[in-house]
Formats: sequence, structure tokens, C-alpha cells
Amino acid sequence: MLKQIEGSHAVAEVVALCRPHVISAYPITPQTHIVEDLAGLVGERHLEAEFVNVESEFAAASVVLGASAAGARAYTATTSQGLLLMNEVIYCIAGMRLPIVMTCANRAISAPLNIWNDQQDSMTVRDAGWIQLFAEDNQEAADLHMQAFKIAEQISVPVMVCMDGFILTHAFEPVDIPDQKEVDDFLPPFQPKAMLDPRWPRGMGLYADPRFYMETRYILHRTLEKSTEAIKQVSADFAKAFGRESGGLIKTYKLEGADVVIVSLGSVVGTIKDLIDQMREEGKKVGLLQITSYRPFPRKELYDALRDKMKIVVLEKCISLGRGGILATDVRWSFPRAEKKDRAISSFIGGLGGKNITQDELRLMVERVEKEPVELDFIGLNKEIIAERDL
Amino acid sequence: MIELSQEDLNRVEKKNLFASGHRACGGCGQALAARLVVDAAGENTIALMATGCLEIFSTPYPDPSWRIPFLHSLFENCAAVASGVEAAYKALKKGPVNIIAQGGDGGTADIGFQCISGMFERGHDVLYVCYDNEAYMNTGVQRSSFTPLGAKTTTTPTGNRTRKKDLPQIAVDHRIPYVATATVDDYRDLQRKVKTALSIEGPKYLHILAPCPLGWGHPGDMTVMLCRLAKDTGLFPVFEVLHGKLMNVLKVPIKKPVEDYLKLQNRFRHLFKKGVPTATVAEIQEIADQNIERFNI
Amino acid sequence: MIEIRIHGRGGQGNVAAAELLAIAAFKDGKFAQAFPSFGAERVGAPVMAFVRIDDKKIRLREEVRFPDYLIVQDQYLLDTVPVLDGLKPNGMVLINADKRPEELGLKTTATVETIPGTEIAIEIIGRPIPNAIMIGAFCSLTGLVSLEAVQQAIMEKFPGSVGKNNVAALERAHEIIQKRKEHA
Repeated sequence: MLKQIEGSHAVAEVVALCRPHVISAYPITPQTHIVEDLAGLVGERHLEAEFVNVESEFAAASVVLGASAAGARAYTATTSQGLLLMNEVIYCIAGMRLPIVMTCANRAISAPLNIWNDQQDSMTVRDAGWIQLFAEDNQEAADLHMQAFKIAEQISVPVMVCMDGFILTHAFEPVDIPDQKEVDDFLPPFQPKAMLDPRWPRGMGLYADPRFYMETRYILHRTLEKSTEAIKQVSADFAKAFGRESGGLIKTYKLEGADVVIVSLGSVVGTIKDLIDQMREEGKKVGLLQITSYRPFPRKELYDALRDKMKIVVLEKCISLGRGGILATDVRWSFPRAEKKDRAISSFIGGLGGKNITQDELRLMVERVEKEPVELDFIGLNKEIIAERDL
Repeated sequence: MIELSQEDLNRVEKKNLFASGHRACGGCGQALAARLVVDAAGENTIALMATGCLEIFSTPYPDPSWRIPFLHSLFENCAAVASGVEAAYKALKKGPVNIIAQGGDGGTADIGFQCISGMFERGHDVLYVCYDNEAYMNTGVQRSSFTPLGAKTTTTPTGNRTRKKDLPQIAVDHRIPYVATATVDDYRDLQRKVKTALSIEGPKYLHILAPCPLGWGHPGDMTVMLCRLAKDTGLFPVFEVLHGKLMNVLKVPIKKPVEDYLKLQNRFRHLFKKGVPTATVAEIQEIADQNIERFNI
Repeated sequence: MIEIRIHGRGGQGNVAAAELLAIAAFKDGKFAQAFPSFGAERVGAPVMAFVRIDDKKIRLREEVRFPDYLIVQDQYLLDTVPVLDGLKPNGMVLINADKRPEELGLKTTATVETIPGTEIAIEIIGRPIPNAIMIGAFCSLTGLVSLEAVQQAIMEKFPGSVGKNNVAALERAHEIIQKRKEHA
């Protein structure tokens, strides 16, 4: 049913429909509404689940780790500082191949303290072995959670659904919430591949010395690489079941004949699409390639879509301090060095700490890269408040 | 509370659910304790453990010693992971099953303190067993909050200046239904306490003194004797607290002076200059005397 | 696409106002997007909320910088916050004030309307939360969303007597504006 609803509420409703057995989360802005809603749904017995109110995000992640290991479908949500606090457990969960689903309500990281949206937080754990999917809008945020459980349980890899904090979590827009039967048909009950049970004793989280550790990491790497198949398949299954496209590896918008292509992820693509429509009307051929699956990185799909494009500009809300754009690095890596030496891939950072990204600024960005490649620059940077020596 | 017969409670269990062939040091108090705990619990048990000696010597791939399901996650989250397992069993309406979380000093009282307090406070049906060897032994004998006054460790080379954190009391203050202390020399008592704990619903805490020959500086065959002396001096009171009520305090008719205990361990050697005890020994005796009075040992 | 910016102080129901407008537009068969300007809001601090209404899906994620309409829930904000920034030259600003528009001395080419929202709120709802009045006046002035849709939205979001009182306030505001139009 189509509802005009806040993003967090939509996510909570859909997660509840996925019938998690154990939910554990620690409140942190801007994820709080998701957690509160789920507590309410459990409390009012709309959802039969154990809701464990823990003392920190670290404990939350640990609780869902234990629950998943014991055979329960488990869910948690966090952001920013909370995600960093549970860093160890994130790696543990992936290393143990537990099919946990987590919502990351993307938010900037201290210091200095900032509660607004950017994508730095989920980027800090991009190497941990989780699948990371980015939602464009609240409909996709809701849809991705259903897909996430299915993907995770199919291939035993945890999945993080990233949605821009505040911009999506607190935006009130139409979302189609499916009914219980539709979700049950799409997402069958969890059938753990391994679990803690005295009937079939097995160990998890063993001590692996140099003879074995690297091999487990290799297996994880290959599994993540091959997970592109599951991600595509589940997206296709979803489209068949619910009649709309969502999820998958990448999406493209008006790439045909585009002279400049913007590559980005998250909610800013909505603004980018509006800009593209306007610029196209003015005769400027701009297109968009949107990353939905950031990990595994869809290198092949990106290359196939952009192989003939000579002017590419990557826009991201995160940065590797001392190096530059994170997504930009992944995109540059996707093109073999040998060919098309005159291809220019520019890198722009914007929106850090929730700084508003406007269509005007994006337009300027496109116009700049039309003329020349930009190694690295920032959108909307206020140089007036930066001392000369720091520029 | 499940009523167990005296016969059940007093029987010494030897099921070898914690198989021999693990890599603990000879005379390791913790290895002995773990075997006793698991055998008392039986096959219908899931074991969680924190990083520490136990995890390292008992779960190396591909030869773990556990013949029951087990999971090791991190150093500091054992109690939270156990909470998750318990929640899953509840949500899935599976069980009943014994859920035992195990940790050493650090995993219980220091880095793991947050999680154990949370587990107690929320009331999870989990037995937490702490193997207290009075330092971070796995990483090379650094002090912990369980390191007793005067003990030498790598990070307290001139002797530890603080008293042991009283985790059994903290557990009692969380109003959990069962708290007990035990030592590895008395098999029957230790196993009885495990069985009693597992027959009660809610969080339980069992604090076991587990001598470490390497860290304490004594021969491996002295583990049992040192436990007896720890009790006989009053330094390690043995008791149960059931629903907040102190009971079954182990009485010691003929008490021994703390020196008898301290002199046998290298970690306390510096407290004796040419056989003459330093002032710290008197402080340690005072601690023992306070325990004797507090518990009426 | 129509863009609306709502200014107020924390505690005056700004976010609720935005959501109600969005729900009403949705019920009228339109697409709507509403979101607050986020911050560590404290009661009394100046806050903003944004609403977009369109006949097709709204993809834009910026804050509203060039609103067609402004709703100002607190006239005292006029001195401290540049509420008029970006207002389209032929736009409209509706202010909760117990003065007539001319008395406010605002420098703008946009239309200025006022309504004594706080007083009406205290009278009908019993609390100085003017949002239902502001929305009622807004609907009446602009015809952007139907009054019926807002009434339904209010009853869904605030069941019981709270909803009823807010609907009464909404209707009062609508009456006042209608009367003004008749007399004009």
C-alpha cells in the first residue's frame, strides 16, 4: 500500500515484515526512529521478536552476532560513531559468514561532532567483507532491506543497507509498503547453514594460525566478488514479485550520447537527475551512472557502461584524508590503464557533514569538467572561513 | 528453579566434553575448571568464550577441544554474544539449552565489564563463568582489575597497588538470582555449583579461582595446593548467594597466615626481603582478616 | 513543482505542519516531499521545514532555497532570521502575526498575508501551537491542497480530541480567509 511516510518508519515497517527473530540496536541520531518504531511494533505484538535493549552499539552488534549464530534472523541499525564503535564486531560477523542485515543511516564522523549526512561512516568498513547497498530514495531503502535478507541468507554474507541520514531517514515521501503475504512469498524463512545447537555441535570463531587464516580471507574475497550474481538475481526476483526496479549493481540515467557522465551514489542522485533533465533540455548531453552495490564493487558493469565515455566525474560524500576521493579511486581502478589515455576521470567531494549540495553547484562541476579534468576538488567549500596557510 | 536431588548435585561428572589434547600449560587451573564446568553442564550446552587463554588453547583450527557447540567472537563481548544466543533461542522457541559464557579477568571485569553488566541487568538466562587467574595471562601476564594487592605482573613490576575488584559483589548488586565462588581443587563443590546455577532461570555468575603456574610463578603440580591455601588464609572466600541471601560459606576452622600462600609464588617473592616480610604482607593479611570477618569464615 | 518553506521555533509543530501538507497533497493525488532542516533542535530555537509538491515524482534532495511560498509560524522570527531569503518575487509569505501585513514593514515584492495563529490556537486548541491555523489559511489562500485532505490528514495523525480541535482551528482559519476574500 502506498503511504506518505517518513523514511525511518518505512524501513521499520518493512524490516518487521521480514520477520526478524532478534533485533538489537542502540539509539543514535538519525537512526532513532527506526529503532523506536521496531520496539513499538514488537511491544504491541505486531511483530513476534526478541528486542534486546543494549548498553552500546558494540553490544548491539555482539547480540545480533550471537543470535544469528544461534539460527535466528537478526537485524540491527546504526550510524557514524555507533558503526565505528562496533568496528571489531563488523569484521567478526563477516569473518563468521553470519547473514545479518544492518541499516546504516549514513552520517558524518567526529571530530568535530556533526550529526548530519555524509557517507564516511560506511566507507570505513568497506573492506570488512559486508555487502554494501546504497539507496537512492526511501522506496529503494525499504525495498533493499527485503532484498538484503534474501541475499545475505542465500550466500551467507552480511548486508549493510546504506541510506542517507536525515535526507532519507527523516524525509516524508510516498513509499509502497507491501503486505505480509507478499513479503513472505519473496523471503522464505531463514534456513541457517550452520548454527549453535547441541544436536549438531560445531564451533565458530576458531583460532586460525598462519596455515589457515589467509585461505579464509581468500574465500571471503572470492565470495564477495561472486556475490554480484546473487545481488542481480535477487533484484530481478524483486522486480518480478513487486513490479518495480530496485537494487542491483548499478543504474544508469540518460547515458546515451552523454559527453559528461556523473558517477555517484545515495540520495544525491535525485538532485543529479533533475539537473541532467534540465541540461539536456539546454542541449547539453549529461548522463548519470549510479552505484547501488558499492561492495562488491561492480567494476565490470561500470566499465561496460562507460567504456566509450571520455569525461567522467565522480561525486561523493566521503574522503580518504591524505589521499582523496574513495569512490573516485574505485572508479579510476575500473578502467584498464592501457587504453583510452585521453579519458578523464575527475573527482569531486561534496556534502560532507550535511552541507547542502545544490543543482547550481553541480552544474558548475559539470561545466568545469567539460573543459578540463579535475584531479580533486570540493563542492561548496567556503574558503572564507579557512586561513590562508591552510588552503 | 529445577529441583535437583542431592545425589545429582553431589555426583562428580566425567564426560570429557572438553577433550584432552588441548594446548594449555601443564597445571593450568583454567583448563581444569573448564573441563569440570562443561562436564557438569552436560551435552545440552552451548559454550561462548571471550578471547583469552581458554580460547587460544582450546579452539585452534582444526583441533578444537570442545565437544559441544561453541562460539568465540571478541575479547570484550562474550556476555553480549551470549545474550544474543539466548534471545535467539527464545525467539525461535527452541531449547531448553544451557548457555554458558566464559571469560577471564579482562573479558569479565575490565574490557568486558560493559557487556556483563548489560547481560545481568537485562536478566538473560545465561550462566557466566569467570576463570580468575588474576592477570591478563594470555598476552603475557599484565595486571588486571583482579590482580591482588602486592602481586608482580609485567605492568606492575614493583607489585600491584590496588585491591581485587569485587565482581561477585557487583554481580549480587545487579540482583541476579545466583552468585557463587569456587576453586578448582574441590571438584564436587564446583560441579555442584554449576548444576545449581543451571537449574535457576536468569543470569548466574560463577567466579572460579584458577591458578596460573606461569603467571603466578609456581610448579604445575602446585595448582591444587594453592587453591587450598587461598581458601585457608581467607584470601579467597568461597560462598553462594541465592536470591540475594548469603549461604554455604566455606568455613575454615584452622586458618593459615597469608605468608604460607604468598611464599610459594614468584609473583609475591619481592614481598620478602631475605625471608622477612615487607609491610605489604601485613596489608594482605588485613585483607584476609577482613574477608574472614565479613563472611564469618 | 511548488516549493514551500516553513519557519518557526522548535515546539511549534513545524515538522508536523510540513508532514500534514505532504499527506494532504498525497491524498489529493499529488506527489509530495517533506523534510525538516535538521539540527539539534531545542524548544524555542529557530527551525525550518520544507515541502515540495508536484504532479510527478520528486527527486530533488536540496533544501528549498527559492520557495514559492513561505509560512512563518512566529512573527518574532522576522527580526532574527532572514526568513525572506530566496522567496520568489511573485511568491507569497503567510505570517502568524496579530498585525496587518502593512504593519510589519517587510521589504518584498511578494504578497504578504497575516493571521493571528497563536491567539486562535489558544482559543480553540488551548495551546499556542499555530500550525493547523497556518495550514488552514495557507490552503485557503493558495488552493494548493484541499481542505478536506488536510482535515483527513489531521484526524489520521492526531486521533481523538487533539485531532478534532486542530480540525476546528483549521476550519476557523479557512473561514477567516474566505471572509477576507469576500470583503476584498
